[in-house]
Amino acid sequence: MTGGVQVTGEGLSCRRGDRLLFAGLSFSAPAGSLTAVTGPNGSGKTSLIRMIAGLLKPEAGTLRVSGAGAGDEAAADLLHYLGHHDALKSQMTARENLTFAARWFGVSGDPGMALERLGLKRQADLPVGYFSAGQRKRTALARCWMLGRPLWLLDEPTAALDADGRALVLDLIAAHAAAGGTVIAATHDPLGKDAAEIAVA
Amino acid sequence: MLRYANPKKFLDLSGALLPWLWIAAIGLMGWGLYQALFTVPPDYQQGDSVRIMYVHVPSAWMASFIYGFMFIASVVGLVWKHPLADTAAKEAAPIGAAFTAVCLITGALWGKPTWGTYWIWDARLTSVLVLFFLYLGYMGVWAAIEERAKAAKAAAILCVVGVINIPIIRFSVEWWDTLHQGPSVVRFEDGKFAPSIDGSMLWPLLIVAVGCTLLFFALLFVRMRTDIAQRRIRTLMAQKAAS
Amino acid sequence: MSAFLALIGRDLRLSFRIGGGPFLGLGFFLTVAGLLPLGIGAKLDLLGEVAAGFLWVAAALAALLSLDRLFQADAEDGTLDQLALGPLPLEAAVLAKSIAHWLTTGLPLTLAAPVLALMLNMPEQGYGALALSLLIGSPVFSLTGAIGAALTAGLRRGGLLLSLLVLPLFVPAVVFGAGAVSAAIGGFDTSAAFLFLGAFSMFALVLGPVAGAAALRIHLS
Repeated sequence: MTGGVQVTGEGLSCRRGDRLLFAGLSFSAPAGSLTAVTGPNGSGKTSLIRMIAGLLKPEAGTLRVSGAGAGDEAAADLLHYLGHHDALKSQMTARENLTFAARWFGVSGDPGMALERLGLKRQADLPVGYFSAGQRKRTALARCWMLGRPLWLLDEPTAALDADGRALVLDLIAAHAAAGGTVIAATHDPLGKDAAEIAVA
Repeated sequence: MLRYANPKKFLDLSGALLPWLWIAAIGLMGWGLYQALFTVPPDYQQGDSVRIMYVHVPSAWMASFIYGFMFIASVVGLVWKHPLADTAAKEAAPIGAAFTAVCLITGALWGKPTWGTYWIWDARLTSVLVLFFLYLGYMGVWAAIEERAKAAKAAAILCVVGVINIPIIRFSVEWWDTLHQGPSVVRFEDGKFAPSIDGSMLWPLLIVAVGCTLLFFALLFVRMRTDIAQRRIRTLMAQKAAS
Repeated sequence: MSAFLALIGRDLRLSFRIGGGPFLGLGFFLTVAGLLPLGIGAKLDLLGEVAAGFLWVAAALAALLSLDRLFQADAEDGTLDQLALGPLPLEAAVLAKSIAHWLTTGLPLTLAAPVLALMLNMPEQGYGALALSLLIGSPVFSLTGAIGAALTAGLRRGGLLLSLLVLPLFVPAVVFGAGAVSAAIGGFDTSAAFLFLGAFSMFALVLGPVAGAAALRIHLS
């Protein structure tokens, strides 16, 4: 992994439709940190994550990803976004989904190894449509791990997972942060005792 | 948080202008149509049926004018993000569609005594028909997308694409028209069926056209004010539900 | 480039697994070509006169059949976000998907058209023009259709609105394309028609991805 990524936001406000979700939000997530974005449902956690990914423009405020503006191409190359929907094609196998992601993002990754890391070695060549919700989540996380970007933006990474799955994911996240990566996750679950918190509401 | 901006200046201005717009519009149209029906002499070729021209041609002009208006409003909305620009484009569309429909229908009614058929697939009428579909598609996009900001942007993109496409369509259908010219097709210049327009025929036409333009603005202002009021009501109701 | 081809490949693969690939469009084409004689009575001369225009319209309709799905699935399952975040600009992604769409609709139709023209008794002089015009012009349906598909992505029953939106965009292609065949059959010069058709295709090649990407970005936020 190349040098760590720092994310800083200042005075951010977000509007969806006619509703103002949050305003004046500021935070700093340095390299090697874990940050949990918390708040009740509908409070704007997903919106904040999407803002950092550059998919959504804030109504006010500035957002920077390691010096680049959020939404710039330079910033996009530094991050991986794992959203609420897992962006997996049900008619393709887990391996095929990951292979496509590697080619699309221009990364030479090993889908087999990534799937094994997330405990899906036996299911690698089954169509994702047959997976449970938890298995799909783990496939998406395998993809995230395989792509090896420094900044991970995760939306509910432990949702639909059982206790073993959650432990696996938290382990993965902690390892990534320990290696210098940055993780910002919208979550209801605690990420670990070292995690910072951005409370949206 | 009642963020919804009250476009007070527009409401004040439009409220002050409206009565005058209505008076001028109805006055001019009435005067023009009176002349068209009673004062203008019948055409030596077409007789009294040429009087439909005084409704058909102005509505054709309005159909194009309003689309141009929507185009400008869409660009202003996309580039400068002025909220009233989107509202203006949205509320102008049904008026434009109505004028286009009037143009098509009066064209058909005029066609029957003139060519013996209600409809003819020539360049002008076909282009107007496509323009009508453009209006309907535009209104469809506004109706189909629930979130207003998204609907505004999508409709604006459609409007811009349409404007780029209209001259191409006109050209292609005219080219097709020349390809299929048979000896029995009546030729006419630029959509006006009279071989030449005499001054006495031109004035009522212009009067009706100006009247229609004023009518458009009157209707537009009424529609925009209604839209603003509706949005205010919705915001208030949403506030009430949340409290 | 590899990313671009990967997206085309993925869409082709999905098209085979979900929608029967090119065979759905081909089947549609065959069905309508078979129904036309039954509908208007098997008067060979009449069939021959309308065949060119009819095949062009059928090509447009066949493209429409699968256009509303072009971005639907990607918008629903979050793939659109990933496409937007990749190293390729979103315009390139739209172009790649349009190409994949054409490979499963326009291209098979272009190849099948001479056979159908035979069934519909089109005069021989028109065959070459038919194949060439479809080859140059059918991409227009995929390219400009992508604009409509992007505007209506994620809408329930977006297909109805989609047809209305793309109609004005299809008109020049059908006019010049069918016109070229018509001219060839009549023994007239076809160069004007082909030039206009080619020009419009070039125009669609630019307009489609640009407007389509702009429309997709609306759905991203």
